[in-house]
Amino acid sequence: MDHHRPRSLSVLVALLLALGACVMLLPLAWMLLTSLKTFPEILRNPAPWLPGQPQWHNYRTVWEGFAYYRFFLNSAFVAAMVIAGTVLTCCPAAYAFAYYDVRHKELLFGALLSTLMLPAQVTVIPLFKAFAALHWVNTYLPLVVPAWLGGNIFGIFLLRQFFRTVPKSFIEAARLDGASEWTILWRLVVPMSLPAVLTVVIFTFLWSWNDLFNPLVYLHDESTYTLPVGLLYFIARADQLAGGSAGQVPWHLVMTLATVMVLPVIALFVIVQRRFVEGVAATGVKG
Amino acid sequence: MNSRRPETLWFWLFAGPALAGFALFSLWPMLESLWLSFCQYDVVAPARFIGLRNYVYLLTSDPAFWPSVKVTLVFTAVQMPLSVAAALGVALLLNQPGRGRGFWRAVYFLPSILPQAASVAVFVYIFQADGGLLNRLLALGGVTGPAWTSSPVWALPVLIAISLWGFGYPMVIFLGGLQTVPRELYEAAHIDGAGAWARFRHITLPLISPVLFFNVVMGVIGALKVFDLAYAFGAAQGLIPGGPARATLFYGLNLYQQAFTYFHMGLASAMAWILFAVILLLTWLNFRLGRRWVHYGD
Repeated sequence: MDHHRPRSLSVLVALLLALGACVMLLPLAWMLLTSLKTFPEILRNPAPWLPGQPQWHNYRTVWEGFAYYRFFLNSAFVAAMVIAGTVLTCCPAAYAFAYYDVRHKELLFGALLSTLMLPAQVTVIPLFKAFAALHWVNTYLPLVVPAWLGGNIFGIFLLRQFFRTVPKSFIEAARLDGASEWTILWRLVVPMSLPAVLTVVIFTFLWSWNDLFNPLVYLHDESTYTLPVGLLYFIARADQLAGGSAGQVPWHLVMTLATVMVLPVIALFVIVQRRFVEGVAATGVKG
Repeated sequence: MNSRRPETLWFWLFAGPALAGFALFSLWPMLESLWLSFCQYDVVAPARFIGLRNYVYLLTSDPAFWPSVKVTLVFTAVQMPLSVAAALGVALLLNQPGRGRGFWRAVYFLPSILPQAASVAVFVYIFQADGGLLNRLLALGGVTGPAWTSSPVWALPVLIAISLWGFGYPMVIFLGGLQTVPRELYEAAHIDGAGAWARFRHITLPLISPVLFFNVVMGVIGALKVFDLAYAFGAAQGLIPGGPARATLFYGLNLYQQAFTYFHMGLASAMAWILFAVILLLTWLNFRLGRRWVHYGD
């Protein structure tokens, strides 16, 4: 198709793409630039476009001064536990639904998938009621325990699709060699499906790291906050925390926090971009 | 048949945790929520059955219910088409052969995976009345921008703009669809003298209609469930959630406040079931209508 495409059109497409990309990146650039400014620079009207002297120590200030590392570690801990539980329970479930012939299997799988339609708003009130009765409020259990019981249904779906492409003869051969089902799953099927497992890990991470709703419902003590709740809490109290007068939000520090929160996601994205894109594309494949 | 018994055992061992999770964290709460929607319940006292009163109150006398429905519907009606159009437009550009497509795709996709609490904080700063980036750029052109985020008129458009930043997700789904369209079809149409629009209208659009349909359905459902965006928007400005003046009181936010600020848990459960019913209805309707205009290749 290339040969009968006028050159000017290609240039126009490239130009449009570049222009749009600048608009997409502008907010992130502004966030980063603002995070390197001083408080007086922020309060000046208009604030300078660029920081006079990049204030890298802003990162140290929010990290140490406002116990932000606490929120960061909380978020990282919750994400790690959620990912571990998801992988450990979704892989066996996907394997069971991919390989075993059991009565009503399709019905059970359909029931699992139907929960993708269920809005969190429907289940949150009874769950809050139950978790409160168990004294699990202000702990990470309400965020983590569901993940240890196969909480990522989309993950099960994706893994099952992938597991099915492992030739059945491999599995039969392993069984004849006396390998247990557990061994076949973790030593044969999972290693052969690493791209899918990685995709599930990434999406589970994003879901947990970005989640605002559940931490807001279950975490009320500020020492337990994860990053999204912590950021909003910081903005609400920042004028006092940063030593400005009331109503003067230290946007430079808020942007520093936002950068700290966004950076792991960007880093992960840069490293494993293909998995992201393939994972999203897989959601669009009609099942 | 005795080879079957261990298979059943292994099935339940492997799928058991996930099925238990389904029963404990989806099925049972769903049924209890339905029951609670017919009760008065404030966490402290036990739930008391009151029949349909929650539903009647919501539909006839609750001061926040209809305003929150309106905010959500306006948002959905504007945001979903814009987001799908932007996603399709950029996907079509990215699908043109050329250098560095992977890089551009990454740039457009990235904002859609960032935590919304952080992106909202960044945008609230950008939309500040005095010294915000947008108003400064407007001032360069001689325009005095309004106080975007604290204006009841502009707050919702601002939220729509913020959420449009995340169009990369449907865009990648469109790209997946576009890549399944055989190049030869375009070649043939080109030889037959079909213009760019004719090729789009008669080849691209029918062939990607399944993904278009998927994106529309998911876009509507996503827009109806908005929570993080609206909550962070109020919190980042120290406003009462839903502010200014209920202009951003989304349905999901209203429900959250009823449940966890005022502890009207029965009322909130009724709201949840109204939302759930609408989502089920929309999905069903979409699939009925979808059959008419969606073209499935096989």
